[in-house]
Amino acid sequence: MTNAEPLTLGAAHGSGISTHAQVRRVIICAGTGCMANGAMKVFEQFKREMAGSGLQVILELRAEATSDEVRLSKSGCQGFCQMGPLVSVVPDGILYNKVRSEDVADIVQQTLVGGEIVERLLYKDPSTRKSCRGLEDNPFYSRQNRLVLNECGFLDPEDIHEFMLHGGYEAARKAFVEMSPEQICKTILESGLRGRGGGGFPTGRKWEAARIQNSAKKYVICNGDEGDPGAFMNRSVMEGNPHSVIEGLMIAARAIGANETLVYVRAEYPLAVERMRRAVADAEREGILGKNVFGTGMSMKCEVMEGAGAFVCGEETAMIASIEGLRGMPTPKPPFPAQSGLWGKPTIINNVETLAHVSRILNVGPEVFKNIGTKDSPGTKTFALTGHVSNTGLVEVPFGTTLREIVYAIGGGITDDAGKIWKTGFKAVQIGGPSGGCLTEEHLDLPLAYESLRSVGAMVGSGGLVAMNQGTCMVSIARFFMEFTQRESCGKCVLCREGTRQLLALLDDVIEGRGDQGTLDLLEKLGHAVQIGSLCGLGKTAPNPVLSTLRYFRKEYEEHIFEKRCRTGRCKALLSPEINQVKCKGCGLCIKVCPTNAITGEKKQPHHIDPELCIKCGACATACKIHAVEGI
Amino acid sequence: MNSVTQPTLTIDGKTVAIEGERNLLELVRKANIDLPTFCYHSELSVYGACRLCLVQIDGRGIQGACSTPPEPGLKIQTTTPEIREIRRIAIELLLANHDQSCPTCPRSANCQLQSLALRLGVKKVRFQSVHKQVALDESSPSLVRDPNKCVLCGDCVRMCSEIQGIGAIDFAHRGHDVSVQPAFGKQLGDVECVNCGQCASVCPTGALTPKSEVDQVWDLLADKKKTVVVQIAPAVRVGLGECFGLKPGEITTGRIVAALKQLGFDQIYDTSFAADLTVIEEGTEFLERKTEGGQLPMFTSCCPGWVKYAEQYFPELLPNLSTCRSPQAMFGSLVKAMLPDQMNIERKDLKVVAIMPCTAKKFEAQRPEMGVNGDPDVDNVLTTQELAQMIQSAGIMFDMLQPESFDMPFGFYTGAGVIFGNSGGVMEAVLRYAAEKATGKRLDQVEFQQVRGDSGLREASITVNGSVLKLAIVHGLRNARVVAEQVRAGKSHYDLIEVMACPGGCVGGAGQPVTTSPNARALRTKGLYHADKTLQLHKSQDNVFITECYAKFLGDIGGEKAHHLLHTSYQSRRRIADEFLPLVEPKGEDKLKVSVCLGTNCFLNGSQEVLNGVLRHAEQSGLEGKLDVRAGFCFEKCETGPTVMIGNEHIEHCTSKKAIEEINNRIECDRPAQLPNTHVCKHCHD
Amino acid sequence: MASMPVTVDRAEKFEKVCGILNRFARRPSGLIPILQAIQHEYLYLPEEILTYVATSLDVPPARVFGVATFYAHFALEPKGKHVIRICDGTACHVKQSLPVLEALHAALGTSEKSKTTADMLFTVETVACLGACGLAPVIVIDEQVYGQVTPERAVGLLKEIKAQEALLATSSAPLAEQLSAEECHD
Repeated sequence: MTNAEPLTLGAAHGSGISTHAQVRRVIICAGTGCMANGAMKVFEQFKREMAGSGLQVILELRAEATSDEVRLSKSGCQGFCQMGPLVSVVPDGILYNKVRSEDVADIVQQTLVGGEIVERLLYKDPSTRKSCRGLEDNPFYSRQNRLVLNECGFLDPEDIHEFMLHGGYEAARKAFVEMSPEQICKTILESGLRGRGGGGFPTGRKWEAARIQNSAKKYVICNGDEGDPGAFMNRSVMEGNPHSVIEGLMIAARAIGANETLVYVRAEYPLAVERMRRAVADAEREGILGKNVFGTGMSMKCEVMEGAGAFVCGEETAMIASIEGLRGMPTPKPPFPAQSGLWGKPTIINNVETLAHVSRILNVGPEVFKNIGTKDSPGTKTFALTGHVSNTGLVEVPFGTTLREIVYAIGGGITDDAGKIWKTGFKAVQIGGPSGGCLTEEHLDLPLAYESLRSVGAMVGSGGLVAMNQGTCMVSIARFFMEFTQRESCGKCVLCREGTRQLLALLDDVIEGRGDQGTLDLLEKLGHAVQIGSLCGLGKTAPNPVLSTLRYFRKEYEEHIFEKRCRTGRCKALLSPEINQVKCKGCGLCIKVCPTNAITGEKKQPHHIDPELCIKCGACATACKIHAVEGI
Repeated sequence: MNSVTQPTLTIDGKTVAIEGERNLLELVRKANIDLPTFCYHSELSVYGACRLCLVQIDGRGIQGACSTPPEPGLKIQTTTPEIREIRRIAIELLLANHDQSCPTCPRSANCQLQSLALRLGVKKVRFQSVHKQVALDESSPSLVRDPNKCVLCGDCVRMCSEIQGIGAIDFAHRGHDVSVQPAFGKQLGDVECVNCGQCASVCPTGALTPKSEVDQVWDLLADKKKTVVVQIAPAVRVGLGECFGLKPGEITTGRIVAALKQLGFDQIYDTSFAADLTVIEEGTEFLERKTEGGQLPMFTSCCPGWVKYAEQYFPELLPNLSTCRSPQAMFGSLVKAMLPDQMNIERKDLKVVAIMPCTAKKFEAQRPEMGVNGDPDVDNVLTTQELAQMIQSAGIMFDMLQPESFDMPFGFYTGAGVIFGNSGGVMEAVLRYAAEKATGKRLDQVEFQQVRGDSGLREASITVNGSVLKLAIVHGLRNARVVAEQVRAGKSHYDLIEVMACPGGCVGGAGQPVTTSPNARALRTKGLYHADKTLQLHKSQDNVFITECYAKFLGDIGGEKAHHLLHTSYQSRRRIADEFLPLVEPKGEDKLKVSVCLGTNCFLNGSQEVLNGVLRHAEQSGLEGKLDVRAGFCFEKCETGPTVMIGNEHIEHCTSKKAIEEINNRIECDRPAQLPNTHVCKHCHD
Repeated sequence: MASMPVTVDRAEKFEKVCGILNRFARRPSGLIPILQAIQHEYLYLPEEILTYVATSLDVPPARVFGVATFYAHFALEPKGKHVIRICDGTACHVKQSLPVLEALHAALGTSEKSKTTADMLFTVETVACLGACGLAPVIVIDEQVYGQVTPERAVGLLKEIKAQEALLATSSAPLAEQLSAEECHD
């Protein structure tokens, strides 16, 4: 990126290619989501169609490209996964979605040759039913401020030259050649950048703490072990712009005086591993990593390590244990990794998204960065917006954006289970994954930032945002997260190992109708003990989903416990299916489908369900054509 | 005092000086507040898992005291309603996942979980039981592993790896499936455990306990046809009293003798006698090695934990181990050789019971070479704890007993034999003998302070008769490994190395009463040195009954009979049972077995190239159908590696050429005889 | 069944294990990538190989076992030829991934406890989050991602693989080209 690159919202996406504006480009999103929907077939089809179209197609980026050429390329995740495969045509500013190989011929003929738009492939805003030509008029994109994600959307992640042509590794060069470690730390500190991985610790302070350590050997680790179920922004950056991560790592290493860096990638992200490895190899080949970085005589190594499937390894000390070849069990802090980390040496661990911000801050200066977002939480944050919203995907917005803006303006509003807009359907948003909490209707206008979220018992976490409609049982949601954390607990400390398991058991009591007042008290007391007393961050935050739902949806808990009723009907044990004796015509359909022979009754006489035998599977209700089965 | 003001902090309103403590927990305990813990041991790394030592620090909230370094000015509260509730919840959580059959647990009344539940006022467990009963592991001759009692504090795991350098047990699985177990869910008796039992001595509950032989001993005592003699190891006399409310280190020899008489043992003897005998044999062996250019350095061999460790990890150093049996074994062997004639009974009717501070001695007593025709020299080994239990069971009021004397002759001993229980004691006792022998002059100054001390790895130089003896004393097998590796690498300059597996030596053995007192070991050590001081004789060579024993029964020191009865041999030992890796495994029965050892030693000597050669050969000459090629992990012939086993024959120093020749030979001769009698093969004769 | 290819394969695999160990210079710190590479060869971690790894790295076998059982990705039991992973991340969960899992279990006769079919053709497991939340609910069959899966579609995919397998079994070529998920999906 050049310094002239505007940081404000709007034209962010298209302008990134300004230096090669004369080349027309067809960019196919090759993120995991679009790949799963057949993006590679679309890419191959484009090659074939374009070859037969008389267009001069280039696959390699060259600086001296001419205007009659069309460049076909792949990009990283563009964020709108649900609408994939995505194909954009620039500089025309067209974004086609749900493109199948059958559609490619039309795009080539009508758009590339004929200069017209293929109307049926445009995104239609479900709330206005208007077709959106590109990013500017697409509400999902137009309200975002895509600083980190922008480049993912048009750079070929497997092409280091393209990255460098767009100013890549300039900030690293500056850090190595023009700046002292103190200056780098100071710049980052001034920018107010805070860790994007969850805790929100000021990055500059972390670096400074490691910089002042007197040690010949230090390490920088990039935390790409994105484990929160429902968050995938790190995956997207590692897949879409791996060089930005390496550049951030190099700058961090220079800042603290390290010459070895490591990217720890979650094992479920094979594509991210592959792209990161390739990027490292390319950077080594170009002499960016290696023995003599930017001619300074300094060396820099970068290794990519694949995790092996343990959520807890996102915790710094557990990650270090894992890198050392041990079980990923956290160790007490102090000592903090910045004092004694990997192999006992000063180590800093930064999240992928944090590192991806670093080069920009060095390029544009801390002041420009600070002007975005709020005073205490500057910059942008990427959220993974999922669940019952119309538009799901990655959303990068400045801190301080309200939940309403994200859910309604960008997300297009709440939907029902079938995906139709449900105007009054909003119930809650779960933020921060298994460590986070719930936000409700009353928080819709809360500006999202580190402190504001903490004050309402939630946290930014890694940025998972799961929207939930009125049909969602909040006790079950709490149970879902508790099931996750108790499974992912490393098993080391008593409060987390045994505590999360007992919290789960107590939630099961509520859901299965065994709860009483004591259950609620114990949930709160135990939740508090686990929160305060656990050894590491996983344990300390594990009770959050329970405590947060208890705080905002206590009534639902009480209904389960005292009325033995789940208002959403999701808690099967609390159902009591009955056959309406007036409606029932005695057709016997329900008797046929009942798997446990719980229904009896004479033909043409109202039937009965034996509650002892009934397993509340609901088959009878589905089978009954006149809806005579009630209470399920 | 120095000019700098002493840094302090505040604990529960009291000012406490910071004097080099490593963490707040040490400071709090110094302030006489017994903060509860399961997972903190000053000798092990900080683990931070039990969450009981939480304290409230002003401005920082609730933190674990074990992992917080002291800082001047901190204001700490050790108990608040919040902390009390968290501690109580932690105990309740553990109890909800615990086999609560406390009255029948070997650690009942000496269990930290039990006592903390009481201390913290846990009257009811509010959580539902999630405990699932699993089977006991009783495979080890020395220890019983009961996972149902485990609180996963990890003390045993860290002890085994950090102090003993073994790692026979570790955590497996994750979350609430976590358990402490040997590799691959095997049993303790099938893995590299050396039976030192230090895991059991740090276990806060009954998850790891010494295996009791009390019932067998009661049976022996009740059997009128048997003559039961008993030997008591030196360290027992300074430990047993702790079970009866006496201070650690208090010498209770006479009362132990009285108690044993009352329990019905026929003869009460002292292992210290055999220790004196060991000194003579081992000292002589050492002097011989030193003067006649034998294998040096010489390692002591009294400690059965160390012996098994050496057999497993340092097979090439086995020639460096003294061939002397341990005092327990010498005692058994000698007594069973001498007494039946003297008492006019058959050997099978003489039973020897040993009372030891040690769990590994149970294993040693069961080694096949420590017996005659299957009759063990020592029939049963009781730990100090087990003896205490027998005394309690019989209702004997131990502290009220009138001291009595050992029976003769095997109850006669010198101070040299007594200090065997301390780290450095064997070394000192041998020096007292060797110095006098080498110089031919009477040694008056018998105390060798140079070899005493608490450090796990100590060095000393002693000039005897003009030549300098370089000595090393280690306790803890991890330290032993450091020294042994130096020896293996040829970088050691020592002459004599004393190794004891347990911290502090036998006084810190796992058979001793379980204690949480940090200075118990030091007091026991002091007790033994004090016992030496109060005795009249301090040198084994002054033990008249030893002299008489040689004169009347054994013959020459180190002579043939002495060798037969008092010495032994060692064999390299596999760490894990039954691990073979099938590589080429054809169907059918008539295949030639080829196993290539890929254990560390053989690997270093190039066994992998041998294996690759064999596999290539098998492939190229189409022999796969006839071969069963396996990779093995130790054929216990490490000194002569690479070892390859073809058929039932071991080929030492094997190369791929040798192996292929042998395979071809075998395959040839196994073929149907097309050319009868023209091809003679050495394997075809039988 | 031809036994020869299997035996040769086994010996070759073992040579690969030695190669893997050497690639990481037999350093204990490389344990996790070593185990990953070995699992790549064997599709699981055989006990005797783990013992060999422990011996080679000079770490206690119990520690290797501890590491192998800590991480969800390591399998100590052989897995089926086709591994089906159902994402149970938040987004997928909210979008009804459990019915998909249940349908697959029902169709294959597998369960939470026994994840692999008796014929060793399929293994069904859940994963925490595949990071493809935009496509929820998501399943992955042999590394191929399928989005917005319904129970019916999942069972349909199974049928396609089974049909391919049946074809393989009857075809005369003993070791036909590996069935790839893309092929069966077309």
